[in-house]
Amino acid sequence: MSQRQPAAAASDAPLFVDAPNGLLRFITCGSVDDGKSTLIGRLLYDSKLLLDDQVSALELASKRFGTTGEGNLDFALLVDGLQAEVEQGITIDVAYRFFATDKRKFIVADTPGHEQYTRNMVTGASTADLAVLLVDARQGVVTQTRRHAYIAALLGVRTVVMAVNKMDLVDYDEDVFRQIRADFAGLASLLNLAQTHAIPVSALKGDNISSQAPTMPWYTGPSLLEFLETAPQTQSDFTRQPFRFPVQWVNRPHLDFRGYSGCVASGQIAVGDAILALPSAKSSTVKRIVSFDGDMQRARAGQAVTLVLDDELDISRGDLLCAPKDRAEVSDQFMATLVWMDEKPLLPGRSYLMKLATKTLPTTVSSIKHAININSFEKTAAKTLTLNEIAEVNLSLETEIAFDAYEENHQTGGFILIDRMTNATVAAGMLSFALRRAQNLHRQALNISKPQRAEQKGQKPRVLWFTGLSGSGKSTVANLVEQKLFAEGHHCMILDGDNVRHGLNRDLGFTDADRVENIRRIAEVAKLMVEAGLIVLVSFISPFRSERRMARDLMEEGEFVEVFVDTPLEVCEQRDVKGLYAKARAGEIKNFTGIDSPYEAPQDAELHLKSAEASADALADKVLAYLAAQT
Amino acid sequence: MRNEADIHAVLADPIRRRVLEDLARNPGLTASDLGEPFEISKPALSRHLKILEESGLVEREIDRQFRRFRLSARAETLDWLADLRMQALAPLSHLDQLEAESIHTMREVVAEMSNPVMMYSIGKDSSVMLHLALKAFYPSKLPFPLLHIDTTWKFREMIAFRDQVAERYDLDLRIFTSPDGKAEGINPFDHGAHYTDVMKTAALKQALDHYGFDVAFGGARRDEEKSRAKERVLSFRSKGHVWNPKGQRPEIWNVFNTRVNKNETIRAFPLSNWTELDIWQYIVRENIPIVPLYFAARRPVVERDGALIMVDDERLPLEAGETPEQRWVRFRTLGCYPLTGAIESQADTLEGIVREMQVARTSERQGRLIDQDQSASMEKKKLEGYF
Ligand SMILES: Nc1nc2c(ncn2[C@@H]2O[C@H](COP(=O)(O)OP(=O)(O)OP(=O)(O)O)[C@@H](O)[C@H]2O)c(=O)[nH]1
Ligand SMILES: [Mg+2]
Repeated sequence: MSQRQPAAAASDAPLFVDAPNGLLRFITCGSVDDGKSTLIGRLLYDSKLLLDDQVSALELASKRFGTTGEGNLDFALLVDGLQAEVEQGITIDVAYRFFATDKRKFIVADTPGHEQYTRNMVTGASTADLAVLLVDARQGVVTQTRRHAYIAALLGVRTVVMAVNKMDLVDYDEDVFRQIRADFAGLASLLNLAQTHAIPVSALKGDNISSQAPTMPWYTGPSLLEFLETAPQTQSDFTRQPFRFPVQWVNRPHLDFRGYSGCVASGQIAVGDAILALPSAKSSTVKRIVSFDGDMQRARAGQAVTLVLDDELDISRGDLLCAPKDRAEVSDQFMATLVWMDEKPLLPGRSYLMKLATKTLPTTVSSIKHAININSFEKTAAKTLTLNEIAEVNLSLETEIAFDAYEENHQTGGFILIDRMTNATVAAGMLSFALRRAQNLHRQALNISKPQRAEQKGQKPRVLWFTGLSGSGKSTVANLVEQKLFAEGHHCMILDGDNVRHGLNRDLGFTDADRVENIRRIAEVAKLMVEAGLIVLVSFISPFRSERRMARDLMEEGEFVEVFVDTPLEVCEQRDVKGLYAKARAGEIKNFTGIDSPYEAPQDAELHLKSAEASADALADKVLAYLAAQT
Repeated sequence: MRNEADIHAVLADPIRRRVLEDLARNPGLTASDLGEPFEISKPALSRHLKILEESGLVEREIDRQFRRFRLSARAETLDWLADLRMQALAPLSHLDQLEAESIHTMREVVAEMSNPVMMYSIGKDSSVMLHLALKAFYPSKLPFPLLHIDTTWKFREMIAFRDQVAERYDLDLRIFTSPDGKAEGINPFDHGAHYTDVMKTAALKQALDHYGFDVAFGGARRDEEKSRAKERVLSFRSKGHVWNPKGQRPEIWNVFNTRVNKNETIRAFPLSNWTELDIWQYIVRENIPIVPLYFAARRPVVERDGALIMVDDERLPLEAGETPEQRWVRFRTLGCYPLTGAIESQADTLEGIVREMQVARTSERQGRLIDQDQSASMEKKKLEGYF
């Protein structure tokens, strides 16, 4: 039992070993099973940073789940931390690990090679300075290697170093390495990668990982770790760029203080500097740079601060403060590159949410210029984008935003797309440049107003949007409603799906992309008619919630009345007025709603008509009663 | 023109250095511009400007009625000014980077979510997280309450510290204890794993549901454990607070998608990329108060299954033949006292702790009996809604 305090353990290590080369964020990527996780595990193990209990846990796990044979450690098990990963022997999602040498600190993201999980690789790559691209020496460069190289280059990862792994399985043969290195050089020049280097390694045996391997005397370059310790880091470059500050949060503790909190995305700022707020283009000067530790004279890229300006401007979250002499661009039409990350395909014309820096707003992909073939990097025509596909697209926004090209500034040019119904992050995007169309296309000023037109007709203009399965009775009910409204002296117009397809939408088929466009046009036409003061009855299967939402969003509050004509599929199929169900069942019609294409029932329609429970006439009366109650 | 030695004397003065710095950045400032950062009289500033002019470092020009100053060609050659420019361009230290990243996450979540809360477990990570939050929203008060899930088995010193901190920063602290657990008298000795389920996991879920919080900040770090290393900064939990590790939302750059579906909530982890050593170095650098239990002292302990358990109050049932002995110990991690193992240590200063950290051969979770009851237990707990 110790009664007195024993002397503290002596150590002369300095308290803060500030690694001279700072912090490097990197990823491992490449095809499935090429040894990415093993490599990270090996680096952690060799850096002597693993703790005793972690090593004994690894020994235990290697015995139970190891893929490396009796008595060998399976280093991948250090990194593949999910139960499902251990069981399946693959990486599913990114693992973030931390290690340090006396030269540098590292944050490494081990990404999955499996194509299905490409979006998780994108997640890892988006914050990386450097990518270690692995190939299996026996396989060489394969499609997935190319895809990952492409994505890394696209996201602006500066340095890509190739690790030719499993050299132990090809007898450490120099020729094998040379051949793969040559393939990589070709790939690198196609992708315009600035820094490329190839290293022959064996992650399993530890050859050329943290020190030169005696097994490969013909290789005289640096080991992987030596390379990582000295590779250039990107963070300091942001300081040299023009000042950008996305306003994140308006800091208003009381009436006498109004500050704008955020991180300096690039450049520097000092008290007294002029700034410009975009997109409003109002200018002011920096009065104070406030921080918890006291006011600062200046701040630079990467720092989180709160700026107080000289003037009371109306600035809010999502605005971009920038240097007036070197300002960001402003536009509402863009060329951008998208990496699609959702199981549901991208549909041009559908409304998504875009989040760029701290700003979120609705956007549509107005057209897909071309997709990229991941094997040849050639441009190919595309009408939609499916999971893991990459394309250049035109984006269209409802309002102008400030931005920089992604190439110049990742933080003011990189965005995500969000599905408005599922809230999923469906794409990562990189802005390239503004399409000047926005400035040229001035909307014709309208002299007679919409309320005046409505007043002339003595009615409240609206859209009654009938949705439901084919044969559910939409048109029957809509026709009855029109007759009854007409009899009351209202001005109405019916837009029927079948009829519109014969004229305006003659060029469209039945793929998901065409269906979206079909509805977009009908919604726009309906909007013009509402503008003209009419009551518009649209009768249209419109199976997708998001398209109906898009139509709703086009109208003003209260103008859009969604009428769900709810008839069970069995009933519709039994009726089969047009004989379409029979054909669909026989496989003669593809993408038929209810059969091999989904119908997403409305969840909050203004009117829910159950056609099995009442006559068409009674249902029409219900619609009229609703309209009467609303005016 | 003065010689080198004189130049050093001229540069020795902080006010004159600052004037040069400002002129390097903004040539053509007036005397009143230059004087703004200082609380000195006009004549005093004039004297400094005169010295700078006489030394040949600064030149003046008359522009209508204003006297404007700029650096001379000679000043531009000074190494010191070149260094200054270099320094302004140097990358931030890694602690500064981590700090800014965490603050960014907190602000983003607060700006976009409607009812945030910060989990406050009183430990060192919570202390750092709270400190970062105070920085993130300064000079505003914390825009969210703190939530402590009190199992009633925390160390007494933790509770005292918690109440002190709440008072010092004028925090809105909510304390929640499982009503069922309290009623049934659930304790760590008789109920084992069930104790953790009821008093921690279920209590946390009940508290979040009770207040309707849509996002909870937690101090978890990715270096703590393998399944945490897999988790996003924003971790989405479906109904029942369940984590779905195979279907995590992509998290690109630092652009967070915080949109939640019905019944979905978020756990936000601003300390994701910090390591245990980073935490301690930051505590030292920022002088952040922590519970005294982290420092070594003589404390009454008993040894059980290789763990040193502190006899914090009379509720700890002593087994036959067990007598508490006084030993020099401290804690690397804090939880419920009967479940938290101490380590033998002499480190009674922050410096001592960091030094011990640098040579440590075991991970901090060693001391937590709760994580060791089965392999992959942390992932399982997360699946069930524990942090
Ligand atoms: N012989 C040999 N085997 C290796 C080497 N590196 C990895 N392996 C083995 O290759 C298999 C796959 O390794 P992982 O590290 O899981 O591969 P990965 O690239 O992380 O796979 P995913 O993440 O699922 O894409 C394991 O059985 C490893 O033991 C090596 O250098 N030599
Ligand atoms: Mg892997």
